[in-house]
Amino acid sequence: MSITLPLRELRRNPNRFLVATIVLAFLTTLLLFLGGLLDGLYLGSTGAIRAQKADAIVYSASARDSFLRSRITPDIRADVEALDGVSEVGGIGFVLLGAQVPGESDLADVAVAGYELAPKGVPAPPADGLGVADSRLQDQGVSKGDTILVGPAETPITITGWVDDTGYLLQGSVWVNLTTWRAVQNANRPDSAVADGVVQALVVRGAPAAGSSLSFTAGLDAATDGATKSLTVADAVLALPGVKQQKDTFNQIIYTTLFVVLAVVGLFFSLLTLERIGLYGVLKAIGATTRRLFLGVLVQAIIVAVIAFAIGSGMAIAAAAALPASLPLQLIPSRFVFTFSGLLVAAILGSAISLRRVTKVEPASAIGTTS
Amino acid sequence: MSVLEMTDVRKVYRSGDIDIVALDHATLQVEHGEIVALLGPSGSGKTTLLSIAGGLLTPTEGTVVVNGNDITDHDAKELTGFRRENIGFVFQSVNLVPFLNAEENLLVVDELGGGKGDKAAKARARGLLDELGLGHRAKNMPAQLSGGERQRVAIGRALFNNPKLVLFDEPTSALDTKIGAQVMELIHSEMKARDTAAIIVTHDRRMTEYADRTVEIVDGRLGAAGLQTAAH
Ligand SMILES: Nc1ncnc2c1ncn2[C@@H]1O[C@H](COP(=O)(O)OP(=O)(O)OP(=O)(O)O)[C@@H](O)[C@H]1O
Ligand SMILES: [Mg+2]
Repeated sequence: MSITLPLRELRRNPNRFLVATIVLAFLTTLLLFLGGLLDGLYLGSTGAIRAQKADAIVYSASARDSFLRSRITPDIRADVEALDGVSEVGGIGFVLLGAQVPGESDLADVAVAGYELAPKGVPAPPADGLGVADSRLQDQGVSKGDTILVGPAETPITITGWVDDTGYLLQGSVWVNLTTWRAVQNANRPDSAVADGVVQALVVRGAPAAGSSLSFTAGLDAATDGATKSLTVADAVLALPGVKQQKDTFNQIIYTTLFVVLAVVGLFFSLLTLERIGLYGVLKAIGATTRRLFLGVLVQAIIVAVIAFAIGSGMAIAAAAALPASLPLQLIPSRFVFTFSGLLVAAILGSAISLRRVTKVEPASAIGTTS
Repeated sequence: MSVLEMTDVRKVYRSGDIDIVALDHATLQVEHGEIVALLGPSGSGKTTLLSIAGGLLTPTEGTVVVNGNDITDHDAKELTGFRRENIGFVFQSVNLVPFLNAEENLLVVDELGGGKGDKAAKARARGLLDELGLGHRAKNMPAQLSGGERQRVAIGRALFNNPKLVLFDEPTSALDTKIGAQVMELIHSEMKARDTAAIIVTHDRRMTEYADRTVEIVDGRLGAAGLQTAAH
């Protein structure tokens, strides 16, 4: 089935499609921006947890899924370690602080993260006083070899290397061993000091014990007699403060914007179809099927959407480059794929609104009507 | 064999609560290569008859046979294919595709028939335009052509598929007298050169001189000439 006619019209009369293309290009930019902010917020907030290679994160029961409120004592840890099916257990703890960076006047926001089991991309825990930093701290002037002074107590940590995508609540993580983490915590947050052997949460690897009817996480909580609350990594990510709310809010705006795209395509092409009723009558009279004419509308809607996406993406990329790096905007390939798919679906559904009108054009309308 | 045989055709339009009988027991036969003028006052049913003959409308009663195909009971989809392959249409008002040049307007027919606008199709479009005196206008857009030239392009489009029957609905009513006469002249010579039958609807008696036979229609009823064939 040939589509010469709709393509020729696009090429010969591009002005006719200009306004719709521009509007859709701006909506594309808006969609990418909103999505980029969501992705930036989400990725920057959750990296340190997403990077965990774990089958469960174990908090104390009273912590309401918050690391900062959670404390796991050595005897609870022993209960977890004793459970059938548990293969590895590591402590983890975070503390959010400002850090002085050599040569920088502003404090850098850091999340000092103590760990035992290495997350994705992070080496085994370094020696006392050393840390592996998240690469987002480079934007705040941190260099390899720098000794940063953390918190009001100015606890020194020397940066020995970089890891990517391990942000915690939009702060760059500095991965240290548990001893260093406790030293930082106790010097800078004396009101919530931790004793030796105490951690905030446990990173646990394993599988449900053979014959157990409970899930792995439920089994862990049963083993500690309800002293713990365990989550999968995915649930732990969503339990981070604000993450789920951000996601829901942004997604609502994004889907509303996609609906606007649908309305724009639908309105534009149904007006165009209305203008073409006379022409469609003639084409039907000389042997064009409804199917062919509708396919023409569809092809034009898709091409307009593709061009608008290309322009809108370019504008979003240019705008993102021009904006200050402090904005948590992150344009990732999957966001472009999602936006492109959304635009295509909206173009197809939007042009489908014209199908009824194209179907209703009578071939006999071509004849006998005085213009 | 007749190109068109309409027998006892009746067409009733429903408009609200009232029925309008636009055609009543119309019987018309058109022979191969014959040019018939259909003459009648406004509202007499000329367009309705032409639409039924060309498969644009289906009759309420009666039978329609074109080129030996009985199209009386064809559904909309079958009629679309039938029109594409068997009938040429030239309408009253300007009806070219506005964003295609003269040559491409002819090639639309080829494309609708599944063609790819290949060399042979292009050569055929060029040949037709030359014949119609539009060789030098092949690349012009409809908006750049005069009314008479546009109607000649429409004639080329109607002839592109070599139909056995071409239907004209007041082809010159939008043109001034002189240009209208030229277009009628051209229609006559083209039909005769190709041995193609035509029905030309008009309410202008002067136009009947270009036809082999004139059939009059009044209030949906055809005059006696509908049955007989005049000598050429
Ligand atoms: N779609 C329709 N619905 C209702 N009535 C119609 C319709 N089309 C035509 N008619 C009526 O049928 C009758 C014949 O109409 P038709 O268009 O065939 O006449 P015509 O001879 O072509 O007229 P004209 O010279 O004005 O073009 C008229 O009374 C007209 O009002
Ligand atoms: Mg008429």
